[in-house]
Parts: sequence; C-alpha cells; structure tokens
Amino acid sequence: MQPLTLGRLFARCAVLGVVLLLVTLVALKLGAVPVSLYGLGRDLIRVAMGKSSELASEYRLIVFDIRLPRILLGIFVGASLSVAGASFQALLRNPLADPYVLGVSSGAALGAIFALIAAPHLGVAPAVAALFTPLGAFLGAATTIAAVYFLGRRQGAIDSGTLLLAGIISASFLSALIMLLMTTLPSSNVRGMAFWLMGDLSTPPPRSLQWFLGVVFFVAAGAIYTTAADLNLLLAGEQEAIHLGVDLGRVRLVVYIAASVLTGLAVSVSGAIGYVGLLVPHAIRLLFGGDYRVLLPTTALGGAIAVVIADTLARTVVAPTELSVGAVTAMAGAPFFIYLLRRRLT
Amino acid sequence: MSATAARFPATDVRLSVEQVSYAYAANPSQAPLFTLEATSFQARPGEIVAILGPNASGKSTLLKLISGALAPLSGRVLLNGFPTHSLDPRARARRIAVVQQESRLLFPARVWEFVLQRRHPYSRGLAFESEEDVLIAKNALAQVGAVALNDRWLDQISGGEKQRVILARALAQQPLLLLLDEPTLHLDIGAQVDLLEALQRLARQNRYTVVVVTHELNLAGGYSDQVVLLHRGKSLRVGPPASVYQRELLEQVFQTALTVEMGGSGRPRVSILSDS
Repeated sequence: MQPLTLGRLFARCAVLGVVLLLVTLVALKLGAVPVSLYGLGRDLIRVAMGKSSELASEYRLIVFDIRLPRILLGIFVGASLSVAGASFQALLRNPLADPYVLGVSSGAALGAIFALIAAPHLGVAPAVAALFTPLGAFLGAATTIAAVYFLGRRQGAIDSGTLLLAGIISASFLSALIMLLMTTLPSSNVRGMAFWLMGDLSTPPPRSLQWFLGVVFFVAAGAIYTTAADLNLLLAGEQEAIHLGVDLGRVRLVVYIAASVLTGLAVSVSGAIGYVGLLVPHAIRLLFGGDYRVLLPTTALGGAIAVVIADTLARTVVAPTELSVGAVTAMAGAPFFIYLLRRRLT
Repeated sequence: MSATAARFPATDVRLSVEQVSYAYAANPSQAPLFTLEATSFQARPGEIVAILGPNASGKSTLLKLISGALAPLSGRVLLNGFPTHSLDPRARARRIAVVQQESRLLFPARVWEFVLQRRHPYSRGLAFESEEDVLIAKNALAQVGAVALNDRWLDQISGGEKQRVILARALAQQPLLLLLDEPTLHLDIGAQVDLLEALQRLARQNRYTVVVVTHELNLAGGYSDQVVLLHRGKSLRVGPPASVYQRELLEQVFQTALTVEMGGSGRPRVSILSDS
C-alpha cells in the first residue's frame, strides 16, 4: 500500500524530468552536423551564463537556433497531446480515446487552415493574425469533440464502439474538407501544408507565440489537474461519481474546454501528430498506475519525451531528407491501438 | 403522517421516508408515467431494510429517491431530520454511501487505491489523502475481512472478494446510511450469504442504517429487519419479513406459485414450486 504523497509525486516527475533532459541533450547532439556531447554541455553552460556570443556562429545557428526551438516545440506538443489524450479517455470513459483517433486533430487542422486562409482578408495587424490560427484550431477541436460526443451516444449513454466509429468517420470527412480548402491555396503552399498535416515540427512559431503557447499550456493543464481526483471517480462510473459529490457538469466543461485548447494549440503549430495521446498515457499507467493526480503531470513529461524521440528519429533515420514526425508516431501507435482494441474485445 | 410513522420515538429514527412519490414523463405534454406511488417507512440505526419486488416495480427509483439523487414529486426523505435531496452533494456523500450494481473499471487499480478513492467527500482542495484517510480505508477493509486483498489488482480477485471490497469502499465514506442496489447480483450462493452476514454484522456493530434493493426473497427474508414490498410502483406492504411474507401476496407479486414456511427464528423461507 503506497498512498500518494507529494514526495512520491515529485519523485516520479523527477525521474521523467531527468530522462527528458537526457533525451533533449541527445536530440541536440544528433543531426546532419555532428556535435560532441562534451562541447554541447560546455556551450549550454556558456549560453546559460549569457555568453552566447563566444560560440561559433554557424554552430550556434544549428544547435541553438534550429535544433533547440524544434525540441522545445516537440516538448510542448508532446505534453499537450498526451494530457489531452488522457483527459479525453476519462471524459469519454474510453481507453481508446486520442485526439487523432477521435478526429479532433483533423477538426483542429481544418480550423487552423480556415483561419490561415481567412486572416489576410480581415485586415488586422500580423501579430493579431498570428493568434487566429491557434484560435481557429481550438474552435475546430471543440466543435469536433462535441459532434463526436453526440454522434457516439446511443440511448443516452456513450457507446465505446460507436464513439470510435464516429471519430474515424469525422476524421475522414474533415480531411476531405481540408483537401477542398487546400485547392484554393497557391500550389507553392500546398506541399508545405501537406507535410504539416502529417505532423511537422520543422517550423517553430515566432518567439512571441512560443511564450503564449507555454502560458496557455500551463493554464489549461492546470485547470485539468484541478479535476484529477474527480476524473478518478468518473472512471469508476458516472453514477458513482455523482453519489460521491462530484459536480459532473463542471468537471466535464473544464476538461472539455481545456483539452480542446491543448489539442488546438498543438495542432496549430505542429499539424496532426497521431497516437501520442493514446500511447503515452497507457505507458505511464503501466509505470506509475492510473491515479490522474500522478498520471496528468507524468504523462505530460512522458509525452514530451516521446515526441522529442520521435522527431529526432524523423530527422535522422532518412537524413539528409526528413520524415514527418506524425509518420513515426503512427508507425508505433497504430499497432498499439490494434493491440488495445483486441485486448478489449476479448 | 402514515401509520408507520409512530412506530418509534422520533429521536430514534434515522431514515424517514414519508409519502414519497415519483413520476417520470417522456415529455412534459404527455401524461406522467407513474414509477412510484406514495411510499413510507422508517428505519433506526443498525437496521436493515430490504426493498423487494420484481423487475420494474420501482425498487431502483425508490433507492434513488432515498439517496437524494432524485427529487421526490411529493413527500420527503429525511436523514436525521434533513431532506436528503436538498443536502449539498459533498455533505450528502459524507452521510450516504451508495453501492451501485457492478460498475466496470476502465483501467486496472489496486484494491487499496479503489477503497481510498471514496474518501473523496472528505478531501480538501488538491490535498492528497491524509494518514487518517489511509487508516480509515485499512479499517474498512478489515471490517469486511479483506485486509489480505490490500495490494491485489481489482480485476484479479473473485466476484465475492470484489463485492467485499466494494462494500469496504462504501464503508470508507463513514456513512450513516448505506444503500445497496442488488449487491448479490453476480454472486454464487455462498458469497451471497457471506455478504449479507457481513452486512448484518456491520449494521449492528457500526449502527449503520442499511437499505438493500433485491429480488432475492430468501436473502431479504433471512437478513432484513423490515421489508418494503413493491409491485408496479406501489408499496403493497411494509413490515418485518414474517408479516410481509404471505403466500397469496408473494404469488401475486412474483407471478409464480410458491410456499412460505416459518423457520424457528421467526424468519420466513420461500420455496418456488416448479411445475405449476
């Protein structure tokens, strides 16, 4: 019997934090231009001390201006998608829920593209227009999850199989709409857009937006964390939760909005990276158990680790060209999804 | 006030169900579909009340009204003098523990974790369970004789063991009133008797008032202090098993031929006559 204490929670987060740090170092080292770990450590200390001017400019460009922002973006996207996945699993009471599988990522992508196309015609300042993409993605994500939720209900209760089918059908419908919208774009944009749709971390957003993303992540994930104990009870049954005094309406609203925000933001900067929200929470459950008060923070760290690894593979295995990071996560995630599905059916 | 209201001095009554009724209409313009007509009974600490009846007789509706999850159309349910429906949900959860028909867990959990979860109504903000909570959970497991299961996975114990753990989980709420909806549904006969004996012992020792919904005639007759017999949304008879268990009445309600014998302890025993 090991009841949860603050110490145990920190210990678990610390383990994953150290792993994330190591993975980040390796990811900074690996790539087309070789970098030694020793040199990397020395230079990181220099940068931390504010002496970045002492670094060779070409090297500084590659490691600190290209690789590091990309890794940071991977950390943000992985954490967001994993927390969103774990949240959707509790909200919909379905272990197979994932933003990508449920079509929420496609909805977010459609919203983002719509905002991208519409923004230049609205005549607002570029700084404001930059916010339209994440906002559009959030609205797309929120609308899709609401639609899938209502389509997945049978006789008043969520039916697991119907829900998944509704998600998959929605994803294919939304992808068709995305294709339609893309025909209106100049052909030079289409290739980049297609790459982005599969999941792509190679174009980090401008610095001002990075701050915005970081802050919103902590607000949204924090909001979900306040419902963690309620989500544990919700997983044991809706009626159970109500009888234990859980305000189900409030919990659902908070988790629904916050998870849509996380999905929307992640998709708006990285496209639809699949299966992270499925794979990571399940792996963390095996490691640390299913208590959402541990699961949410550790799954955020685990998601960050997973996406940084996946992206490092994506840019190194077929170097000098690049694979889409979404292709890497799908190669790992899709078989895992089948495994979970089979295990549930038997 | 109903006839049963005067059975005990008022201070002794913990649960008082007074002329409670409930109606459900598919939409407001239609005539309401009565699911429960005025029902009354009272129970003291340490007493077990069985709500008995065939399917769709209103048993679960009555249980929901008692738990405060549903608002009665008329009448009221008082727990220590307070209407259960108007209690704040968390305050209600500190007084009333409800054990539902089996609910499926989505992810595996350890027994202790599962029991500890029901300390939730006592939690403060984001704080984790205190040492006191852990002690109460352990004690709850001890009360049902399930300490040895502490570290087992919930999906790797037998049905009877699981039902004990579910009971311990309810005890962790430290309730005044324990409500159980068909707790013996998926249990073999030995586990059914075990569970009801545990329930009876706990009710006596800890002074819980227990309300059990069941359609098991002999379990209700053998272990309850009062039976509320429901049929098509009407409470036909309320009283000790010996007075409720009359052959014609039970035959009418359960639509089958049966015999009722009185045991030595004043407990009725019902046998179903198979070929009739």
